[in-house]
Amino acid sequence: MKKNRVQIPIGPIHPALKEPIQIEVELKGEHVENVSITLGHVHRGIEWIGLRRNPVQTLALAERVCGICNIVHPLAFCTAIENAANIKVPERAEYLRVIYAELERIHSHLLFLGVAAHELGFDSILHYTWLVREKVLDVIEYLTGNRITKAILMIGGVRRDITEKQMPKVREALEYYEKVYKKLCDVFLDDPTINARTRDIGVLTKKQALQLCAVGPTARASGIKKDIRQDFPYAAYADLDVEAITPDVLLNEIRGDTFDRVVVRVLEIKQSLELIDRCLKEMPDGPILYEPMLQRLLVQLRQVAGEGVALVEAPRGELIHYIRMEKSEAPLAWKIRAPTYANLSSIVPMLEGCELADVPIVVASIDPCIACANRAIIADKNAVLDQEKLHALSVNKTRALLKGGSK
Amino acid sequence: MIELLYLAASSFLLICVALFIALVFNGIERKLIARMQARIGPPIIQPFIDIKKLFMKENIVPDSAIPWLFNSMPAVALASSLIVLLYIPFAGMPALLQNYGDLILVLYVLLLPSLALAIGAFASGSSFAGIGAQREVVLMMSYEFVLSVVAISLAWLFSLCCPQANAFAFSTITSKPAWLLVGGAGFLGLILLFISSLAVMPAKAGKLPADIGEAKTEIAEGVLVEYSGRNLALLYMAQAVRVLAFASLIVALFLPWNLSSLIAIPEQLSMLADFLFFLVKVFMVMFASSIFVSAVTARLKVDQAARFYIIVVFLLSLLGLLLIGIDILM
Repeated sequence: MKKNRVQIPIGPIHPALKEPIQIEVELKGEHVENVSITLGHVHRGIEWIGLRRNPVQTLALAERVCGICNIVHPLAFCTAIENAANIKVPERAEYLRVIYAELERIHSHLLFLGVAAHELGFDSILHYTWLVREKVLDVIEYLTGNRITKAILMIGGVRRDITEKQMPKVREALEYYEKVYKKLCDVFLDDPTINARTRDIGVLTKKQALQLCAVGPTARASGIKKDIRQDFPYAAYADLDVEAITPDVLLNEIRGDTFDRVVVRVLEIKQSLELIDRCLKEMPDGPILYEPMLQRLLVQLRQVAGEGVALVEAPRGELIHYIRMEKSEAPLAWKIRAPTYANLSSIVPMLEGCELADVPIVVASIDPCIACANRAIIADKNAVLDQEKLHALSVNKTRALLKGGSK
Repeated sequence: MIELLYLAASSFLLICVALFIALVFNGIERKLIARMQARIGPPIIQPFIDIKKLFMKENIVPDSAIPWLFNSMPAVALASSLIVLLYIPFAGMPALLQNYGDLILVLYVLLLPSLALAIGAFASGSSFAGIGAQREVVLMMSYEFVLSVVAISLAWLFSLCCPQANAFAFSTITSKPAWLLVGGAGFLGLILLFISSLAVMPAKAGKLPADIGEAKTEIAEGVLVEYSGRNLALLYMAQAVRVLAFASLIVALFLPWNLSSLIAIPEQLSMLADFLFFLVKVFMVMFASSIFVSAVTARLKVDQAARFYIIVVFLLSLLGLLLIGIDILM
């Protein structure tokens, strides 16, 4: 550490971050000179546990990877299994999955907007957005039975249908959000203090975003038109012509700053509302499960040999689940690549030239989900893993997988 | 001798009353902000509960701290913010120590709590507190200009109207409202001065958008981060009293009316009526300058806040001074 420099640890326990991640900031005065990120404080070994259970049991685990995205994780898991086992999901179930996923996106983005406001010290907006968020949680509870861990998805479909009787309540919520959306736009687009704190702060250029493989709203705010729902549609998204939202839709320019990342999420709330509305109208009738009998499904899954990959657009960006089945009770391999993992490294260029006061909002602007991102841990604290060693380890792992024994 | 004892006793009484009022106002403020944010909010006596709890807690002094400095500064902060109240006309009555100090002294003593907070934070040896203290000092340097311009303009105004009296003394300033001494341009000038002193309030009180020295989500309560137990309780009270003191100062400078001089009130009740009217005035000032503002703004960065005070508010107050000057010289 040079003279006049102060090392400030933000995290793993810090009021700005609700989850454990350590961001070590080197300061000169108030200016950020250097940033380093340490992960691995909440590694739970979920994938490891998943390799010791049958897929239906593991589904419950997939749901618990993330406290917020507990539709997209099981959705990706189910899709991966379905791809591996060539299971055809009924069309109505595909639409229902879209509805649940989009409800989740609304709830997640509202949560993000509240957190962002809180990082700026704007607690009135935090309380407003979280109050508004209650409505979508109520609808989710009404439709699935649970507010947060919904337990609604199943391999080959969904567990519960949306009946005609339930429609009015969902429609009412959609109307409510149409109204709220205008107010949210007012608050986040026109407030002078929010503008002062987010405009041109934490800029991620398009080139940097491409180099660092940013995903989801973080990439879209930098002007990359990339959205799994548009590029590799899953569930019923192919019928719904989703288009990736970039901030120039509203602002006619792309700066890739924190403000843009907020705007993209505000716009995506609107997009989700439209998608749900369309799904409710166009949803075909029919069964919602490929195989209602659990035992028969399990027997069929035990016969599967092969691999499945699923790409899903989580609220935070591209989520990948990889599954390899080898005619056994439990999967042979299960790998999760959460969006935050891809986005974390873009924090470093964002923080370049920022002040300490910007650090919380810039870090929060990628909407990090640390529990999702913690997918590996180094047991030997003194080990130094450089690129070559990591590569060698990955090659070994892949070879072991191909041979069919990696537990 | 008797007189001195009387002075000491009434000062003590006033300090107790002021502390009580400051904490009640703090409770009302928390409740009001909560209601504005669609929350239920804590009960109004919550500040008392908090302070009782803090006094029961252990007082931790970090290893890296300079203990005597670290421990003495909260007391200095509380004492200095309470002492100010003895020099400002409080609760409709003339100031207790009005013969011993004037506006200039008050401005200096009002500076002490922030300074004590910064020194205590530096003495704690924590880097979070150090950054908070730096910010606090930068902010202090930027808003003090404004207050001196306000003081100078008012003194100038009163020195011309009452040439034989001390223009900086509160007895002169509160003798008649400044608004009645000026013509059109001066009136506009006074409005600008009033607005700029209100604008200083959030920074003085450590409230949003200028709670930069604490900034919970950035530097984890900054200047307060190492304080706990008794010290934190003292700082909490100092904070509440500081808001009350500054609001009383604004009331004394710009809203010196008493209810009993405006409407006819029976002789026996006039003191009580003045007291309540004073509380209402102080609360209105607090509401306009701090409570409402902190519910509708995000936290500024220290350079943004400093720029706001040095450029916008300072120029506003200079313009006020200029207008008053035009009014006086014309």
